[in-house]
Amino acid sequence: MTIAVIQFGGSNCDRDSVQALESMGLEADLVWHEDGLPEDTTGIMLPGGFSYGDYLRAGAMAARSPIMAEIREAAADGTPVLGVCNGAQVGCESSLTPGVFTTNESARFQCEHVYLRVENAETPWTSQYDEGEVIELPIAHGEGRYEITDDRLDELEAEGRILFKYCDADGEVSPEANPNGSKHAVAGVTGDSDHVAVMMPHPERASLGDLDRTDGQPVLSGFAD
Amino acid sequence: MTAFTATVTVRLKHGVLDPEAETTQRSLERLGFELDDLRGADVFELDLDAEDDDDAAERAEEMAERLLANPTIHDYDVEVTERE
Repeated sequence: MTIAVIQFGGSNCDRDSVQALESMGLEADLVWHEDGLPEDTTGIMLPGGFSYGDYLRAGAMAARSPIMAEIREAAADGTPVLGVCNGAQVGCESSLTPGVFTTNESARFQCEHVYLRVENAETPWTSQYDEGEVIELPIAHGEGRYEITDDRLDELEAEGRILFKYCDADGEVSPEANPNGSKHAVAGVTGDSDHVAVMMPHPERASLGDLDRTDGQPVLSGFAD
Repeated sequence: MTAFTATVTVRLKHGVLDPEAETTQRSLERLGFELDDLRGADVFELDLDAEDDDDAAERAEEMAERLLANPTIHDYDVEVTERE
């Protein structure tokens, strides 16, 4: 099995993602978007970065790249897809996942550690956590505020499609613990099926034990299921 | 075929937070200007050849739907004028 980590012009978490996945014993390769999806692809990661300089809207250009049609097809056939940070923006812009990640409430780029509460522990990406568990991951984004209509968000909540919410160290969701003004403090959501997911915080940056915490490993292990 | 310019204006839907507009408004107020509200918008001018203005507008709308706007957060309008 090989996880394809898709490189767009301006991706910059691609190598970190491969390193994190390989450190967990998973096979991962960098795939340049123009080369198309390799035949042996068993998982797809859309990494963070600033694809196409965030022109127009973050993720908008990469989402219209031809490889995304292949990725949507693979996702529909059951291949797990995870979008992180810019990859999450690409996922939403390409309709793999609902909603949009847009300008932070602060209108600033924010690079900090945040606490996240696990909302649904029955997806491939969260099955190693407990529901309500609080984890700590880094964020690094200027456009991470989750936006969607109220009605649609209520549906997503009811369907258990919210993966994580920003919270404080005790798991309380509050405006103070919401770093970017995301609606309902949403930090990650699943697509129509839960093997497709996107999230703004970086699990791959909290996966190498020698460097820091390993709170992000369980997310990446979703590729192993 | 006639030469047209289709002007596509993309705005945030009413009620969607616009931190950049709020920051810009605060800066204007700091400069001493008084205003009640400020809304930003992106304007795209598309030069294209089309059978008539309906055809030009239709194509510009499709471009807005497919890329220039994100229907989750944006409204847009299209204005077509003949190009000299």
